[in-house]
Amino acid sequence: MRGTAAAAWLARRLAAAAAIVFAVVTLTFIVIHLAPGTPFLPGADRPVDPRLIAALTHRFGLDQPISTQYVRYLSRLVHGDFGYAFSQGVEVATALGAAVPNTLLLAGAALILDLAGGLLLGLMQAARARRTADIALGNATLFIYSVPTFWLGLVLVFVFSIWLRWLPPGGTTTPGLYESLPLLGRLADRFLHLALPACTLGVVGAAGTARYQRAALLETLGRDFIRTARAKGLTERRVLLVHALRNALLPFLTLLGLSLPFLLTGSVLIEYVFSWPGMGRLATDAVLARDHSLVTAVAIIASALVVLGSLLADVLYAVADPRIRRAS
Amino acid sequence: MSPRATVALLALLAAAGTAVAWARRRALATRAGRRFFGHPAAAWALRVLVFFSLAAALAPLVAPYDPGAQPAIVTLQNAAPSWAHPLGTDVYSADVWSRLVYGGRVSLGVGLLATAIALSVGVGVGATAGYARGWTDALLMRLVDVGLAVPRIFVLLFVVTFWDRISVGALVLVIGLTGWFTTSRLVRAEALSLRERPFVEAARALGASPARIVWRHLLPAAAAPIIVSAALSVGNVMLLESGLSFLGFGVQPPTPSWGAMVADGQGQLATAPWTSFFPGLTIALVVMSWNALGDALRDALDPRPEVS
Amino acid sequence: MTAPVLAVRDLKTYFVTPAGTARAVDGVSWDLHPGETLAVVGESGCGKTVTSLSVLRLVPEPPGHVLPGSLIEFEGRNLLTLSAPELRAIRGNRIAMVFQEPTAALNPVFTVGEQIAEVARVHLGVSRRAARALAVDLLNQVGVPDAARRAGEYPHQLSGGTCQRVMIAMALVCHPQVLIADEPTTALDVTVQAQILELLARKQAELGMAVLLITHDLGIVAGTADRVVVMYAGQVVETAATGDLFAHPLHPYTAGLLASVPRLDGARGRLRGIPGAVPPATAWPVGCRFHPRCPHAWDKCRTEEPPLLDGPAPGQSARCWLVSEPERRKPA
Repeated sequence: MRGTAAAAWLARRLAAAAAIVFAVVTLTFIVIHLAPGTPFLPGADRPVDPRLIAALTHRFGLDQPISTQYVRYLSRLVHGDFGYAFSQGVEVATALGAAVPNTLLLAGAALILDLAGGLLLGLMQAARARRTADIALGNATLFIYSVPTFWLGLVLVFVFSIWLRWLPPGGTTTPGLYESLPLLGRLADRFLHLALPACTLGVVGAAGTARYQRAALLETLGRDFIRTARAKGLTERRVLLVHALRNALLPFLTLLGLSLPFLLTGSVLIEYVFSWPGMGRLATDAVLARDHSLVTAVAIIASALVVLGSLLADVLYAVADPRIRRAS
Repeated sequence: MSPRATVALLALLAAAGTAVAWARRRALATRAGRRFFGHPAAAWALRVLVFFSLAAALAPLVAPYDPGAQPAIVTLQNAAPSWAHPLGTDVYSADVWSRLVYGGRVSLGVGLLATAIALSVGVGVGATAGYARGWTDALLMRLVDVGLAVPRIFVLLFVVTFWDRISVGALVLVIGLTGWFTTSRLVRAEALSLRERPFVEAARALGASPARIVWRHLLPAAAAPIIVSAALSVGNVMLLESGLSFLGFGVQPPTPSWGAMVADGQGQLATAPWTSFFPGLTIALVVMSWNALGDALRDALDPRPEVS
Repeated sequence: MTAPVLAVRDLKTYFVTPAGTARAVDGVSWDLHPGETLAVVGESGCGKTVTSLSVLRLVPEPPGHVLPGSLIEFEGRNLLTLSAPELRAIRGNRIAMVFQEPTAALNPVFTVGEQIAEVARVHLGVSRRAARALAVDLLNQVGVPDAARRAGEYPHQLSGGTCQRVMIAMALVCHPQVLIADEPTTALDVTVQAQILELLARKQAELGMAVLLITHDLGIVAGTADRVVVMYAGQVVETAATGDLFAHPLHPYTAGLLASVPRLDGARGRLRGIPGAVPPATAWPVGCRFHPRCPHAWDKCRTEEPPLLDGPAPGQSARCWLVSEPERRKPA
């Protein structure tokens, strides 16, 4: 697509993405106001003075008409004010600001393992399609893909932390030791702590990616132009890695978009198992403490990330597929 | 383990084996059946599913001990696997195998019911959107876009925060209502392509109502991807439910759930790893079976003819 | 006659299917001489495409396989027993192939120039730049207008006819001795068909290539082929020079094919087809494979499979008992 057409397409996609996030925000608002009970009663355990409730209600503007509250809500969100996370003792935005980078680090590392490992496995399987290696790998990926991530995390902790004592069982750094380490030592410490949680998520993701990629490669290998490539006298390696892979990579890019929901969901469970201070951990703590603002904020941020990831995948696909790129 | 329980276990294994063998003999007569059983994993998947389904259904007969019983005998806590307790005991000194058997009721039950809900809604919405097109379609698909944007687990966390005690029924409902989006897109795609086919036009010309056309003509043609989607969905729901129960937000004790059992064992991972290991392995095996089933069904129901 | 450049002897290619073994090519022999155009004709299911694919061993190995004992001789070697590197040295280089659906036969994510240049880089060892120049030059030679610009375009941007020209250019990069064209014009419009065929003929004369043309269209055969091989049920049922085949076909199947072609000249009559259908390759009929559909068949045809028998004209033979017992031929 020439410049202006591409810009127009991108603008449309961005608008669509914004609309979805807006809809999510609106829906959360609706659900919050539908929920039974008031936000000030963390469980109907102890009776609270109704005058106190009335005062708080007024103070937080909850006695205003719904539409006013809605507008207030939106304007606050736009300004980055997600409210106050009483369970953490700080503004929600502050808590998120500390947590989101950790989750992005974990998810990023897992994604690299996922895509690289999955692509490699998929290629290996497609190259030896229907032979023993393929069947064995296929069963292995099927199993790993079906494993609960939290359980795999515990298994890996048992093997690598408890039994072999190679890797730490949780946290981002070694408390006490980290501060006294030089830069290289600090990086190493962080890396060691990142290893297990990232591998847990990455391995399960890679299994799924491998299955997907194998199918895409086999489908491509059945197409006419592969026969032409062979008829040209090209090596099987070139046929697979140049002709087939370039075509099978196109659906691979959509995996980027699909992986994000998996990674975010996984982060909730993995961060719990490994005590990793990210969004997921924040969310579970918030649920336990009935901290509505925090849970809502995490849900919205997660949705925004999913939408962004999907948009990114679309853009990459459009750039990579000459049929779309050249469409006028 | 008591003789009754041992016999029950052996009977289950035999039943699973024979049921699948019988099904296979019958299926080999059809082309779809041959394709299905052409996958070695398919037969195993069926055996595993039949085994656990029967175990769950006949739990009182199969489980050697009462899962809720907590003898609280300290020596019996976290005991390693033995003849009396083939999978060991957990932190509550309850028999792991018994709790697994009863836990299967919840895990499989939630999986199947939530999938049924998700499928019904997904098919309904997808067929409506694909057949009606226009504004209805646009609106419904925007709804699907929004639904796909929020990772399911966050919706569930959100719900659990606002409604304190969430019953199993409510859990099933919420999981089901958050899982129909992909199915609806699938069905919509089928509906859109089938809509223009001559047999649909003929039905319309004969005066059939849209509902009838959808029900009797479009759905049977779209049945294959729906069935495959269903099998895969049960696995996903089981993973979601076990994850939630692991965190403590899903099925509440004393109802046993495989995910919660893994959580229970977390505290003694170093000393008694089997308490977390076996429930998690069970989840993995059952989910793997659903996935294998989905794969085999996808191949078997593929409308493309054999390469000649 | 000069020695053949490509000699096929008793080629058998079978497929393993759930319904049994499909004997798609069941003992096929023919010679291709330098500079000649040999047409292989038949209906779908007769084995002509599988024959052409077997030459370069492009038949997918499961479920297909070429039986040992088959011989495809090229430059003094049996192509069927060559090692993989030796075979690759021949593919696209000494023997090239052009396929039926040109747009699908080209890789959609590479430009046509890149795909032509690839052949030059792999077989001729030239630099990227030289290969690209060569590609543009070839596109010119095959009659693609504005070749330099076209070289940078993708297959989906080009018409079917242009894609086929690209495929031909790709095949001619190394000046092959043999060009195998599997239904090169079937997927194209009639006017484009004529252009492509004319292009092939011109290139053949220029380069002195032998062409193996697979087709079901007898009109094309009449216009371009020197000799014809007619296939049915995995076997060669008639071989002849084109003129002889059209003037006096020996095999009833050939006669049936010729009679079923609508003619613009001559008397208008009913269109005559051949009754029945091609049997499945898993169950060829006993005796002469054509006997269930043949108007002349008698007992011998039902029980004894005829070998290729030489007919009166030089170079013409047919797999039919009528050649040895012409008195059995029933009047039309």
